[in-house]
Amino acid sequence: MAHREVAQERRLGAGARFLAWLGRVLLAVMIPLIAFVVIYEGFLFLRDSQAPRWIIAAVAIVWGVGGVALLYWVFNGIVERLPDVWTQRLQPFVFVGPAMAILIWYLALPAVRTFYLSLFGRDGPPQGVGFFQSFTSDAFVGFQNYVAIFTERLLTEAFRNNLMWIVFGSTFSVIFGLLVATLADRSRFERVAKSLVFLPMAISFVGASVIWNFMYEVRPVGQPQIGLLNALLVAAGGNPVAWDKWVAIAPWNNLFLILIVVWLQTGYAMVLFSAALKGIPDEILEAARVDGATEIQVFFRIMIPYIMGTIITVWTTIVIFTLKIFDVVWVMTGGQFGTHVIATQFYRQSFTARNSGYGSAIAIILLLTVIPVMIYNLRQFREQEAF
Amino acid sequence: MKSRKWVGPLLVNGSLLIIVLIWSIPTVGLLVSSFRSRFDIQTTGWWNVLPHREWKKVAELDPRELGLNPDGVMSVEGVQGTFEQLRAGLRSPDGDTRVTWLGNKRLGRIEVQKRVWTVTWNFTLDNYKQVLLGAEIKVTKPDGTVETSPGQNLSQAFLNSLAVSIPSTVIPILIAAFAAYAFAWMSFPGRKAMFILVVGLLVVPLQIALVPILRDYNTLKLNGTFLAIWLAHTGFGLALATYLLFNYIRTLPRETLESAFIDGASHFTIFLRLILPLSVPALASFAIFQFLWVWNDYLVALTFLGVDPTYKVLTQRLADLTGTFGNQWHLLTAGAFVTMILPMIVFFSLQRYFVRGLLAGSVKG
Repeated sequence: MAHREVAQERRLGAGARFLAWLGRVLLAVMIPLIAFVVIYEGFLFLRDSQAPRWIIAAVAIVWGVGGVALLYWVFNGIVERLPDVWTQRLQPFVFVGPAMAILIWYLALPAVRTFYLSLFGRDGPPQGVGFFQSFTSDAFVGFQNYVAIFTERLLTEAFRNNLMWIVFGSTFSVIFGLLVATLADRSRFERVAKSLVFLPMAISFVGASVIWNFMYEVRPVGQPQIGLLNALLVAAGGNPVAWDKWVAIAPWNNLFLILIVVWLQTGYAMVLFSAALKGIPDEILEAARVDGATEIQVFFRIMIPYIMGTIITVWTTIVIFTLKIFDVVWVMTGGQFGTHVIATQFYRQSFTARNSGYGSAIAIILLLTVIPVMIYNLRQFREQEAF
Repeated sequence: MKSRKWVGPLLVNGSLLIIVLIWSIPTVGLLVSSFRSRFDIQTTGWWNVLPHREWKKVAELDPRELGLNPDGVMSVEGVQGTFEQLRAGLRSPDGDTRVTWLGNKRLGRIEVQKRVWTVTWNFTLDNYKQVLLGAEIKVTKPDGTVETSPGQNLSQAFLNSLAVSIPSTVIPILIAAFAAYAFAWMSFPGRKAMFILVVGLLVVPLQIALVPILRDYNTLKLNGTFLAIWLAHTGFGLALATYLLFNYIRTLPRETLESAFIDGASHFTIFLRLILPLSVPALASFAIFQFLWVWNDYLVALTFLGVDPTYKVLTQRLADLTGTFGNQWHLLTAGAFVTMILPMIVFFSLQRYFVRGLLAGSVKG
């Protein structure tokens, strides 16, 4: 089928081919655009209404979801009423066009636009000036924002902290995940144990921050400690400490923030490792045990090498994840006590300090750091024969 | 060899138990605290709901009636000491009785305390009333005075979270399912290039989009509306949704489709009647994943929903509470649990699908 269509495409005249492309692009843009306008008008109507809030919320949900579904139906109906050749030519774009348009608007273009913004001062390119003229304006600063990122103390501190996050966050999550997966695999209580370790995955970072703030709560010496960690510390004869806000041990107080994410992410690592461990053929393990290998040897010489692929996947995922860590730091310390990371600095510069050029440059750095993973994904994809 | 038979499982289950306890205690502590009265939370640790030993006053004695001489060594309830020692509180040799002199030397009294096993179980729903409702709440302090404090009206934020999360889950799934079907079963020019774009955008951090999209929203006067945040979550979740659904849809048996084509069904009918029902497991996996992600999201809401408290979602309100009432644990614990309850229900009831989604490679950019 594919070959026939491509051949048809070649036989088309230049005019028809142009028309086909125009139709395709129009479809891709029109569906989201009309959806947007219709839903937006509905919102204006809802905002002015006096109905109870839960009714407004319910109507908004139906309106939004139903509106999008309806548009697909309407546009597909129009395209199907065209001559067969045109239906074949345009229908795929009813299906794939809206997704592409939204992806381009929300991720692909912003990457370029953010880079453009990063070349300008705090207020961005001057208003009412053309694209090419903007490069000659005073607001254009070239790569100065990038120079500032790598020289300013606050930013270098953020880089150091993020490095700690990446190294300790991913390593501890992987180790604990592997430990729980291996132990649970040999236990009768596997399901319960795994569920309980997995549970924090359902909790938001903000919620987890409250949970751990409560664990870390500190009271002056002599008062009863209501935070569990300090209560234990005092019972053991020590003095209460402020854990994540403990400046005296900086930068190691970051570890108490990292701990929160390890607590959240171990479940993820455990689930993937657990599935991978169950995939190891029993014969291999039995053969090793018959040959007199101890359980420790079986674990390190057979299991670990066998699931190495999964370990790398999990490790990479958590690295990407910790690279963008924001909520925990923002809620726990707000970046004080030497705990800023790249994403919190990005937010602070972009929205609190309203320095869009500087903030954008930080975002670009964040993008650059994930490029190796992106290339790896694309290479994996190219190796798949199926496409 | 015989001893290893039970040492092994004991070691395994023992270590597992310790890890599971460490992992659960923080959440349990929060949950328990949210039901304790605000004054209990502030003065004692939540573990006091477990049986523990506490000093309880058993008697108050008049030293003059007992004929004690405050200037010498006195003997009360098996405790011997001078006035100064008793003033500071003196324990009996077995440690279970404590005798304290209250007041001055001439008119003071003696209090006898015993250490007894007890539990602190003054559970209450007041904290939840205060965080959920918008009305003012009256609280009687232990000393009898009445204090009014404003309700936090988190029930409104709960509705907002629902109004944000449901469309932000359904819309990207719908759009991605159409796209995944086209990638899997239709042929069109640019198909491969477009899919490469999808794969490439999988890991792009969403921070890259915040500033430009915020500018667009300012131009469109869209800031602070639910529509803005639906679209944002759709845009940020779409690459992963398309990728996952494509991986699933292309594994569906080709013959079913071809026979449907022969029967004269159009792509749209096949998609609606055949592919969507067959893809329910994959759709469910991604739906749970996206729902949890949106419900728990803080950054996107913070950026696009703005500062109007009537539209804030739960995570924003909870973060605000942490900022404003950092040590009002009765508010924070109950508030945190309100934000966690729905994802936990979703999680426990649909864990199977969630795990399947993770195994299929749900990695969000």
